[in-house]
Amino acid sequence: MTLSQQLIERIRAEFPKYPEKRAVLLTALHFVQEEQGGWVPPELIPEIAALLEIHPIDVKEVASFYHMFHEHPVGRSHLQVCTNLSCALRGARGVVRRLEGVLGVRPGELSADGEFSVEEVQCLGSCGSAPVIQVNNEPYLENVALGDVETLVAGLRGRRLAAVGE
Amino acid sequence: MTIPRLLLPPEGENWSSLETYRRNGGYSAAEKAIGSMEPAAIAEAVKASGLRGRGGAGFATGMKWSFLPKDGKRPRYIACNADESEPGTFKDRQIMERNPHQLVEGLLIAGFANAIDAAYIYVRGEYRAAYEALTRAIGEARAAGYLGRNILGTSLNFDVFVHRGAGTYICGEEPALMESLEGRKGQPRKRPPFPAIAGLWRRPTIINNVETMSHVPGIIARGAQAFREIGTEKSAGTTIFGVSGNVQRPGAYELPLGTPLREIIFDHAGGLAPGRQLKAVIPGGVSMPVLTAEQAMTVTMDHDALQAAGSLLGTGAVVVIDDRQCVVRAAAVIAKFYRVESCGQCTQCREGTGWLHKLLLQVESGHASATQLQAIEDVTRFMEGHTICGLSDAAAWASGWFLRRFRADFEAHLDGQGCPHDGTSFEI
Ligand SMILES: Cc1cc2nc3c(=O)[nH]c(=O)nc-3n(C[C@H](O)[C@H](O)[C@H](O)COP(=O)(O)O)c2cc1C
Ligand code: SF4
Ligand code: FES
Repeated sequence: MTLSQQLIERIRAEFPKYPEKRAVLLTALHFVQEEQGGWVPPELIPEIAALLEIHPIDVKEVASFYHMFHEHPVGRSHLQVCTNLSCALRGARGVVRRLEGVLGVRPGELSADGEFSVEEVQCLGSCGSAPVIQVNNEPYLENVALGDVETLVAGLRGRRLAAVGE
Repeated sequence: MTIPRLLLPPEGENWSSLETYRRNGGYSAAEKAIGSMEPAAIAEAVKASGLRGRGGAGFATGMKWSFLPKDGKRPRYIACNADESEPGTFKDRQIMERNPHQLVEGLLIAGFANAIDAAYIYVRGEYRAAYEALTRAIGEARAAGYLGRNILGTSLNFDVFVHRGAGTYICGEEPALMESLEGRKGQPRKRPPFPAIAGLWRRPTIINNVETMSHVPGIIARGAQAFREIGTEKSAGTTIFGVSGNVQRPGAYELPLGTPLREIIFDHAGGLAPGRQLKAVIPGGVSMPVLTAEQAMTVTMDHDALQAAGSLLGTGAVVVIDDRQCVVRAAAVIAKFYRVESCGQCTQCREGTGWLHKLLLQVESGHASATQLQAIEDVTRFMEGHTICGLSDAAAWASGWFLRRFRADFEAHLDGQGCPHDGTSFEI
């Protein structure tokens, strides 16, 4: 497995913003994760390190420190549900439970078809429109009601089929 | 009296394009500052305005800027804190999504005033919409000659870059943010050295919150005195109060500092659902000591009044809890937040946050006695004042103040009684 030429160019284009190449590390990991469908395969770490002129362990420890970077595959739709206070007060636990029922996965698991994974997160900074879900790194789904969960999941499945049909 | 708006466009409006921002007076402050003011006079105006940091600690902004060395050596940087990750807090996002040019203009003026070469806005990775709005705004500003080289036809060079974080609360702490921006794990470092002397890439750096920087254009355009006239003597200007939890109209309300908390909850945020009573209010993000309903009904939202009431203004994020809810559960979810977000360097914090969470869950489920309540108090004392950064203190305060102010609710759970609010309370 190697980084695509396009990705390498995208990473290099970030260098002029900073006095040191290493500062591009988080950005590079975001780019890799997007291209790889939501996670950072460990085989790519030496290549990222070489590009930024740092050691592979420097990349590895950063990739494992930050909550948004995944070291294992996630679903094509990765659902992050906030369950901290403002969301909890407005029913986030019920939303997680309904998602578990509809998808048959628990937080931290990946569905058998690789379609969905669910993760509980601490606060998405959208407490005034709680409960909140973020799918992948897309705009938030806000004010999620229990009754919205089935439609939401159906929409995400449909979206993938549409994408495949293109 | 109409409420002055210094940060956000009117309800329902979005000023994120350069054209709309300029139509509403945007960039006139930067033109005035760069065209006709001495850098020192700008820093003086910010000092005279009484502006205090909006990132949580309330430090005087003009004072912070004055710590930069006077030796003229370059480069120097601004790190703008847009990591906003403390439960309850969603105010900076309103500015970045609806009025991003005002932040860019604030950074430009601060950059000119302090002989800065570049500003980096460290925005939490989940904030995709804010990232895109800022990126667009910076592109427009650069094309219009407000950023880059020879700004507005002068010899001034200055640029702004957006830097995405990756979902960790601790990166909002000053040295951790800088570690993270440089491409490392976001672990806090002991101070000194302070950022003003050795910050980003060991160069002099000022670090300010999004809202703090977004106040700067208004201070320059309307004058320090006009800013001072809003708010209270020691808490000048407006702020964005993010109201969440058990209110009928949760949302972001820009109001003068010193506004009564009661007015924010009942007039602006629509009050509680019919038939419900206020139980508890967290006034400034979950790190700040919780207030009882009685305290909340009388306090005003400024630094002095909140301190006198035994809490702090923090980020002005108001979390409202009504009488159906279990306050032990509230304390437990907050404790979980700190357990997950501790960076793990200090034993007191790494172990203490885990203990607090576990102890609170034991109390909530009824599998605890007075011993566990005593243990919570002991752990909070062990955690306070002994660590590299403030996360450990915040975690200790949060649990400790819930216990102290709602002891009867905690005791009602003990010795097998379990949660008296089971069935009506939110679940964790
Ligand atoms: C654990 C921790 C997390 C913090 N998170 C943030 C944050 O997300 N945003 C922020 O502006 N300040 C945050 N702060 C406060 C900053 O360290 C700092 O005080 C602030 O950015 C300074 O800017 P100001 O003077 O403009 O408020 C945090 C502090 C701590 C200890
Ligand atoms: S107090 Fe906690 S978060 Fe802060 S440096 Fe120590 S371990 Fe890390
Ligand atoms: S607590 Fe859920 S978005 Fe803040």
